[in-house]
Amino acid sequence: MKRRTYLQIGAGIVVIGLLAWAVSRGLERLAGLQPESGAAETGTTAAAASVPRITATLYYGSADGQSLVPVRREVPLAEGLVPQGREIVGAQLQEAPSPFVSVIPEGTTLRAFYVTDRGDAFVDLSPEASSRHPGGSSTELLTVYAIVNAVTANLPTIQRVQILIDGREADTLAGHVDLRRPLQQDLSLVREP
Amino acid sequence: MRGTAAIAFTLLLLLLASLPQAQGTAPATPLTLLSRDGRRQVPTIVLSGQELIALDEVASLFQVAVREDTLAGGLTITYRGRTIVVSSDQPMASVSGRVVALPSPAVRSGNRWFVPLDFLPRALAPIYDTRIDLRRASRLLVVGDLRVPRVTARVEVPGPPTRATLEIAPAAPVSVTTEPGRLVIRVDADALDAALPGDGAGLIDLIRFGDQPTTIVVLLDDRAGPARAVPAEANGITRVTIDVTGVAAPGDAAAAPPPAAPPTAAAPALAPPLFATPRTPLQTIVIDPGHGGDDRGARGARGTEEKAVTLEVARRLRTLIEMRLGIRVILTRDDDRTISLDERAAVANNSKADLFLSLHMNAASVAAVAGAEVFYVRLDREGEDARRAAESGVPLQVLGGAMRAIDVIQWDLAQARHVDASAVLAGILEQDLRAQVPMGGRPRQDAPLRVLTGVNMPAALIEMAYLTNGEQERLAQSEAYQSSLAQAMYNAVVGFRSYLDSQRTP
Repeated sequence: MKRRTYLQIGAGIVVIGLLAWAVSRGLERLAGLQPESGAAETGTTAAAASVPRITATLYYGSADGQSLVPVRREVPLAEGLVPQGREIVGAQLQEAPSPFVSVIPEGTTLRAFYVTDRGDAFVDLSPEASSRHPGGSSTELLTVYAIVNAVTANLPTIQRVQILIDGREADTLAGHVDLRRPLQQDLSLVREP
Repeated sequence: MRGTAAIAFTLLLLLLASLPQAQGTAPATPLTLLSRDGRRQVPTIVLSGQELIALDEVASLFQVAVREDTLAGGLTITYRGRTIVVSSDQPMASVSGRVVALPSPAVRSGNRWFVPLDFLPRALAPIYDTRIDLRRASRLLVVGDLRVPRVTARVEVPGPPTRATLEIAPAAPVSVTTEPGRLVIRVDADALDAALPGDGAGLIDLIRFGDQPTTIVVLLDDRAGPARAVPAEANGITRVTIDVTGVAAPGDAAAAPPPAAPPTAAAPALAPPLFATPRTPLQTIVIDPGHGGDDRGARGARGTEEKAVTLEVARRLRTLIEMRLGIRVILTRDDDRTISLDERAAVANNSKADLFLSLHMNAASVAAVAGAEVFYVRLDREGEDARRAAESGVPLQVLGGAMRAIDVIQWDLAQARHVDASAVLAGILEQDLRAQVPMGGRPRQDAPLRVLTGVNMPAALIEMAYLTNGEQERLAQSEAYQSSLAQAMYNAVVGFRSYLDSQRTP
């Protein structure tokens, strides 16, 4: 008898918990995420319709995971060097299209993008770029040069790229590639598809 | 049933295999270990004239960890992060990177390893926290700061009257008690390291230890009359002069026969010269086991961590290089701790190493990627500038007013001047690794790797295998694969040494 009561109470708690989760998710969708996802949606739909786009070369991991592959993709056209750079890096950070593999740690976002008078671009990435990096020199090189090459290949005035993490100069992403200085384009890791 | 029979048979075989080796006889007098906790006997064996102690005995007595390294043909003894590597084919050990000669190599007897007794004072003592002192004559092994003065007793004049002396060094307070038929000399110390004459002379029958380890008894002959012992201290030595006169014939001041030659303790044999090999351009090698501590590095699906594998292989490689080449090897870390990339470079630069090898395990986003890869540094524009500056030298005024070109280089771009040598090193590493393990798709590359840029010597980083590949992760844990990697890199060190030699003698 007692056991049955416990079971009933337990089931009740589970049901209430599930309901609460569903409601909170629903509210999140209605309130919290609305502006962002809405903007993104209108962005893409509007882009498809009216916003002019340019074709940029982005770099993804090859299907065999050993090289970078240049892939021509459309990104929104932006007025000026810095806004355009922002669009390109933003697109580069997105998940890789099939059959390519992503070399950017999941969840990495662009915090800031700016260019110095010397023609060095600074790409400021969110901490995920480092904290979620799987490690290994080879993968770290692919991650770093996907970004460096994407910026230098599409913005010819930029000679070198320095990657920052969370607004600060970083030693490395995961202990290998030196990020203390701006890096030049490196096409030795690139293989034409 | 069959299984049991097989096991029994195997055991029998093992037993038989161990029998013929289990030779060695016990020494005439057992070795006594003396410490604050008291004294205890330590079993040793004598094998072809050499007294040996079992390493498992050493492990339990001194709380050290012993590990056998089959590939290098040696044993690694670790104590609080400090390491001794004992060779099983050469009479030497490497103590925290310094080579020490031993009277014989480590010997296997049955399933136990034995090292010469000299291992304790020569190899273990330098890295041990407390003092270890081997007193061969008195068969004492003194551990810790104990007062164990040496005591030498000899009969100077057999007489009668008989005169004997007892020398205690370093000096210690002494009290003398006269008892019928004997003198008891009590020394204020923890123990005595005494070489006592086997028998007496004249009116002294015998000088021997008393009931306690710090007392010495002088047994008098039946003919002995009054006896006295007078201690006196001089030059840090306490000398007890024992005079025994006869009962019947006092005052018979016969000329003293020449005193017996004082027994001199055999001087410890000098260590043989360490290495007969000529000076090599490789004196010190720094091996850097990648990651460590909080920084686990790459991780495999089964949980193998990069930091653990790199340390294991680094230790194996160290053993090989030290044992076979006698080159000093320093690890940037010898345990699981976090150290920065700058600290790693600092270890190499501060020890003036001639070669720097950073060991790593790779990771890829595709599981199929496998194989070893070798990296050497690539420096972009600033590195090139630094290199040119280093090559041309900066004219600076020196003492006396003359100008001299001084090499200056940015400290964090120290690698700039070694890029060419590092490229050669990477080539040798690639070739020697290829002979032992599968190579990756990009077996040798130059890249701006952080740990290499600041080291002021030829340097390479080796990604030994991919932990993200199931098969390679399994291999990475195996002793055989780790040994193959160490062997390959050892071969590359030998190859690079030859390259340096060829550069020196045009």
